[in-house]
Order: sequence, then structure tokens, then C-alpha cells
Amino acid sequence: MSTHATTRIVGTSVPRKEGVDKLVGRACYVDDMEREGMWYGATVRSTIPRGLIRSIAFDRRIDWSQFTVVTAADIPGENIIQLIIADQPCLADGKVNHCEEPILLLAHPDKHKLREALGGVKIEYDPLPPVFSIEESERQDLIVWGADNLLKSFLLEKGDVDSAWARAANIVEGEYCTGGQEHLYIENQGVIAEYSAEDEVTVWGSLQCPYYVFKALRGVFDLPEDKVRVVQTETGGAFGGKEDYPSILACHAALLAKKSGHPVKMVYDRMEDLAVTTKRHPARVRHRTALDKNGKLLAMEIHLDTDGGAYATLSSTVLSRATLHSTGPYLCPNVRVRAHSWATNHVPYGAFRGFGAPQAVFAMERHMDEVAAALGLDPIELRRRNFLHEGDTNATEQLMREPMMLDQLLDRALQESDYHAKRSQFARENARNPVKRGMGIAAFYHGSGFTGSGELYLNSLGGVDVTPEGKVRVLVSNTEFGQGTNTILTQIAAEALGIEYSDVTMAAPDTNMVPNSGPTVASRTSMVVGRLIERASLQLISLLREQANLGATYTREEFLAACERYRAAHGELSSMCHYEAPPGIYWDDQKYHGESYGAYAWAIYVAQVAVDTVTYSAEVEDFWAVQEVGRVLHPVMAAGQIEGGIAQGIGYALYEKVVLADGRMTNNQMTNYIMPTAEDVPPIHVYFEEIPFRYGGFGAKGIGELPHDGPAPAILNAIRDATGVSFTSIPLLPEDLYAGLAASQPVEEPALP
Amino acid sequence: MNANGRARTDAHWPAIRFTVNGEIRTVNVPPMKRLLDVLREDLHLTGTKEGCGEGECGSCSVRMNDELVNSCLVPVLQAEGADIQTVEGLALDGELHPLQEAFLQNGGAQCGICTPGMLMAAAQLLAHRPHPSEAEIREGLAGNLCRCTGFVRIFESVAAAAGASESEPAKESVKEPKMEQTNHAR
Repeated sequence: MSTHATTRIVGTSVPRKEGVDKLVGRACYVDDMEREGMWYGATVRSTIPRGLIRSIAFDRRIDWSQFTVVTAADIPGENIIQLIIADQPCLADGKVNHCEEPILLLAHPDKHKLREALGGVKIEYDPLPPVFSIEESERQDLIVWGADNLLKSFLLEKGDVDSAWARAANIVEGEYCTGGQEHLYIENQGVIAEYSAEDEVTVWGSLQCPYYVFKALRGVFDLPEDKVRVVQTETGGAFGGKEDYPSILACHAALLAKKSGHPVKMVYDRMEDLAVTTKRHPARVRHRTALDKNGKLLAMEIHLDTDGGAYATLSSTVLSRATLHSTGPYLCPNVRVRAHSWATNHVPYGAFRGFGAPQAVFAMERHMDEVAAALGLDPIELRRRNFLHEGDTNATEQLMREPMMLDQLLDRALQESDYHAKRSQFARENARNPVKRGMGIAAFYHGSGFTGSGELYLNSLGGVDVTPEGKVRVLVSNTEFGQGTNTILTQIAAEALGIEYSDVTMAAPDTNMVPNSGPTVASRTSMVVGRLIERASLQLISLLREQANLGATYTREEFLAACERYRAAHGELSSMCHYEAPPGIYWDDQKYHGESYGAYAWAIYVAQVAVDTVTYSAEVEDFWAVQEVGRVLHPVMAAGQIEGGIAQGIGYALYEKVVLADGRMTNNQMTNYIMPTAEDVPPIHVYFEEIPFRYGGFGAKGIGELPHDGPAPAILNAIRDATGVSFTSIPLLPEDLYAGLAASQPVEEPALP
Repeated sequence: MNANGRARTDAHWPAIRFTVNGEIRTVNVPPMKRLLDVLREDLHLTGTKEGCGEGECGSCSVRMNDELVNSCLVPVLQAEGADIQTVEGLALDGELHPLQEAFLQNGGAQCGICTPGMLMAAAQLLAHRPHPSEAEIREGLAGNLCRCTGFVRIFESVAAAAGASESEPAKESVKEPKMEQTNHAR
């Protein structure tokens, strides 16, 4: 087992593989590319949230013969973009279900002419009544999707919740709401598509999952595997936002390319990107919790509902992860979670870092502080009494068989943040200070990789080969979009093969060149794909030992010479591996029972927040993040992931509000959708504890999503500590603080021991 | 020439002359064309990025006459006679600029799309404040949005570059934060 071995490259902070290209301005993003004879594309979109298209008219003052116009009738295959359920058209055909739904596409050699032409397409509708909230959708008075508006539901049950209430010493209820959130990757969505009779469809684009786009193009164009090619260009941030949407944009550009006979570039501007692409699902979570006289959890009943928007997209899997993260890192014998994702006539919601977990964790961890207050217990003590430990089972009755250290993480977080001393200091000072300070905590986990048997279904294939130039190449479809895929996978291969970091390169993320090693999502790259590359590398060494006289120990030069001998005798040299599940994995998709994730990353986050009761602004003054994420492969990048995720989490809690009116985002500009700036982000103190996970790449577990789960509840818990007022919705803007502080009498705080 | 065969510069428009990265350039383009588009489309300097088109994100930051400007908000006529520096002008003779080296070593770049603008903002800051305080670094970068890093490692990179400029410029080894270490901006 490699995980405890001393390593030369894994665990060190080598320079980012593509770092120099990015720093000198040479990295090629899609908008930096041109193709010979390239035209530009634009999209005519629905201006109403729901209705029938009565007519489409073209302004006679525009010479339409200069334009290529594509409608649903031009689609050679199926008019469907299918992620999970086949409900979303590539182009609306007769009916629209949300504002900004694409109806018609235009291409022209001059992008400035397109803007004018967009205004020259007049669409008339027969409007139908829309649904804009979870509450309206669940009433089912008006059905806007399927038979019942229900995109997906889950029921998770453990023990016997119903009989537990009678035995409870305390029962605490609460409702918690979270808003939408925009990814705000700084590079907008964009693709270039090209069509030729011989090669059919090629798409270059800013995207996370080349094989998702590949699948969408095959369906829309009705093409076999060898007639579609997708290449990821350098991608300027994604955060889940480029998991699903690029499939739509790629199909649009490819339809225009085919009809126009020219390569077509479609790069959204910021206003279009904000208005039309997916966001984090808004959610409403209701908790009813029973505790025994010792403050131990007896029963948890959770109702978790999300707004999925007009089409199913990834709402079912987001709901799944929300369900499986809704009960927190706590031991509870009786649990029932009822989860529903409801259709509305909003722009479809989609994947965003955390993927349902931030909503569920916000509710659970805010609720824990309310439970603590109701019981007169310190919030730390309540958590400590109920933590999961090795040998316990979680809500899906997964046995916690890996070593766990929640208590130690908590101790470390309290010590590093000086939590108790600060809390009492602030309690003393707040009485005579208009700026009220408080400390808040969140305890949480994040499951690494696909849920349940998801990784088995993916059946990822990845590996390494050796080029004629003597370079080892990593062959995966997992993409780099800032998080460090290129660097960590080459570190893993170099480490396992016993060669240098500079001896290993990444194969281009091009479906003609790399196998499908699964999507770059779900905090799976380090753990699952990293393990594939580690295994493929070890398999390559065995092959060279058996067939090219590689010694039991060898130098880098001997390794490269053995590769050359093998190539001379056998031709190509490569080593590929399929995913193998760790032993003893059992998951029941119907009952939501069993091993929900292969591994979990665990964390305790602490926020210090100041609330100004004159200006009603809340400021995070300091932040501590203690986590156990398995082996840390690259300390600088790992810390960078945590810090970036926390900054997004701070935005989620205090700044970022998607303002909707009649189904349309009205603040679709960076001027009024506000993310934290360099002046807003507090000092962030990052601490890792390492328990290598034996089935992850060199012991790694997932890391990318974890840091978005904890900041929002920690911050709102700190605001409660500072002000005595319990806020239960995010984003919490100054106007919300004003309303809450002005309206509420401070909550009666029981005296702490 | 652009991809559809028409000249990107057109003699029909008056010539506008300015210096970019030390080279004198002349373009014949509509005078209200954005400096950002002239750099990217006419001069093929695609290192400068567009993030929002309204001066909020700073991805298109360039230095013009010793001021940091959002090139999406500058009509090119305002650049007549100006001295402009873009990210392509930072590295000299294949040697990374101390800021680029510091960003590489300290994890200051992740997805890289804000990086060119961030580097120009940092270069502007260090040109006027060779040894900035943490507050000055934050203020100097406040017009440049980064969605990946949470800024922490960018602050560290700028501080490291400021430190490097007074001692040995090149660092051989990567800065290793210890597992136990506090990683924050100060």
C-alpha cells in the first residue's frame, strides 16, 4: 500500500503544470481562438416564462440572406439535451417553459450585425400561467412539468421516527431557506463548432466534461462515435457551471456550423451568461428533531425541497446529494428524510460546487445552534455529544469503517480560533459597542465521488502511455479548470512510476485522444481518477519488468530505456485501468440504504463575524478551516481550493443574491450581482489533518466541494452569537439584517455553564 | 486579416498610434472601438481577457501611461500617443517577471483567466508602492475579481514579489506551507 510510504513528488507543491502559460498570457481560452472563415452565432430567446409560440416574424429591413437561421426543424437527430431525463429541447419547438429559453439561432460573419438582427426577430406568444416558487409548485394547482411538477423525490428512512417523538425530552423545529447562486466563473461560456462532411462535428469549448458534450452532440446530430469530436480549451473557471450547460451551447454552435458551412464561435457576454445559464438550486429545508434528556439525538425528520426550474437537468442528482448530506456528521438512531425537487418556470438550475450539500448543511448546522439554544446547551457541547465515530452507522446505515477524527478536528478548530475566550470577550464587549461580534461554528462532511453505485455505473477508464519522445502521458477525460487536475495527476504518475514530474505530461482533453474517465465533478478527480492513474502506472511497471527487463529497482534513465525497448519490440506502450470499487460496497438505490459514498472528507469551520448595528452590514473578520481530506497531494493547491471555496461560501451567505422577477434574473450584471472582492475576504487559516484513504490516489479523498459547505452556517451562527437574533435564510443582505434586528427582540439566551 | 478575409485595419479610419510593450503600433480602426478589442483582434494580444465588459471584473486591466485602466472602458482614440503595457510585456527575454514567478510559486493563479489583469494591477501597485502593506495590497487589487483563489494566495504572491525585488529575484524551490501552518494573507 502506497499511502504511508515516503513520497518524492506527491505531497510537495510542484509548480502548476500549465502555470507558466497562464502567467505569460499564452494559455489559449476559447475566445482567444479563431478558425479560418469563422462566423459568429447568437441566440433568439423566449421573453416570457411559459406559453405557446404563435408566430415568428423577421424584420424586412434586415437582409436575412446574409444570415444563417437555425430552428428546431434543422435538427437532424433528436431535439433533446438529455442529462438524466429526456425533457429539455435543444431549441424550443412550439412551446416555451422558461424565460431565455433558446428558440432560434443566427450566424453571421460580423458579430456586430448579429446584435441588430436579434432585435429583428419578432416572436408572438399565447402565454400560459407560470409557476415561480416551491410553494406554488408543490400545491400542484397548476401543473407545468410531467403529471405532478415533481422532478424527483427521495425517501430515506432509518429506525422508527414515528415512535420516537413520545420518548423525547425535547423536540425542536426549524425552517431554513437558501437562495440561488451564480458560479461567476470569470470566463463566460463559449464554444467554437466546425462541421465537415468527412469528420462531421468538432467542438472546442470551455467545459468540464468532454464526454457529456460528446453524448449531447451524438443525439442531436444522430451520429456514431467516430463522427463527433469534443476538445476542451483552457477553461477560465467552472465550479459546476460548465458541467451541464456546455452541452446546449455546443449543439447550438454545431447546428449553425453545419447549416452555414462555416466554423461558428459562440461566446456569451456576461449579461447573457448570467441570465440564461444554470445556478445553484434554491432550497427550503424543514427540521423536526427529538432529543433525549442527555442531549442525544433521538430522531430527525427532514423535509428538503428544491426549485429545479423548468427542466430536469441534474436536479435529481443534486437532490440526492442534498438528501445524503442533510443529517450532518451525527449519530441518530431514527431518521426520515423526504426530499423533493419541484419544477417551476425558472431557468433550469444545475450543478454548482457542493451540489446540494451546501443547502442541506446550511439547514442542519443552523438548526444545531437552535437546538442547542432550546436545550440550554453550548453549541459545541451539543455537537460533541452527537458526533459520528468509527463503528457507528450514518443515516443510510453505512458503517463508518474508516478511521475518523471529528473530535480532534473540533479541538483543533477551538484552539486555533481561540473560540471560547473570544466568545466570552465579545459577550462582554457587545453590550456597550454598536458593532456586535460573535463566533460561529459548522461541523460537516462531504462525500467524495459519485453517490452510491454511481462510480460503478460510470466504469471510468484511464491510464498512461509513453510517447516516441519518451514522455509519459496521462490519458483521462478529466479536465483542468483551475483546480489542479493537470498537476496532481502528473504528480501521481511520476511518483508511482519512479520518474520526474517533468517526465509526465497530460494528453490533450480531446475525445479523439483520451478515454472516458468520467466527468470532472463530485470531488472525484484526486480520489477516483487519481487511483486509476496510480494503478495504471504500477501496471505499466509490471509490464516493463515482464517484457522489457526493467529491474526490481531502477533509475529514471533505466525506466525510459525499458520503455524504448518495449516500444521497439511491441510498438505502442500503454497501460489502462477500469475503475474498481473498494470491497464490501453495497448500495440500494430504491431504499437509499447502504454505502452512500466511498469516502468522506470531514471539517470544522469557525467564523468570527462583526455586525454593525448602525449600518447593518455583517463582516467576516476572521475564518478558521480545519479539515481531514485524506492525503494532501499538493499543499499549496489544496489550501487554494479551501480558501477559494470559503470565499464563495462567504458570498453565498452575505453578498450573492439572484434577483428574479417574473422568471427572469434582473441583476444579470457584475455591477449588481456582488461577489466578495479582495477587500471583503478575511484572513483564512487553513489546517489539514491527514488520514490517507487506502482506495484513493496516493491516499487522497475529495477536496474541491467541501469548503463551500461550511461557511454559510458558520457565519449565520456567528451572527446569532453576536446579536442574539436567529436568521434562517441566505443570502443575508444588510436589508435583511435590518429587518431582522429591528423586528426581533433578542432571543432569550439560557445562561451557559 | 481576420478569419473572414477582411482586413482588421481599414485605411478608411484615421490612424491611431500608441506604444504597446515598448513597440510603436499603428491601427486604422473605428475610434470608439474598445482598446480591449484592438489589443485582442487587431494586435492579436489575446493575453488581455474580457470578463464583464463593464469595468467591474478587471480581467481586461492594462497599464496605460502609468495608470491601471479597464481596457473594456477605453475607446481606442484615448490611447493615441499612449504607452501601454499588457501581460505579454511582463516577461523579458524569456525570464518570468518577479510577479509571475511569485504567482507560480505561491499558487496565485488557478484557472488563469483573471491572472493577466491581476498581474497588471499588481505591477501597477508595486511600481508605486514597492513594499506595500497587506491593506495596500488589498486596495490595489480591489478592482480585480478572482473567483478561484479567494485572493489569499494572490496577496501572498504580491507580497513575495515585493520581498524578492529587494533581495535575490529568482527562487529555486517552491514555497511549502507546512501542514500545521497558518495560511493567511499576513
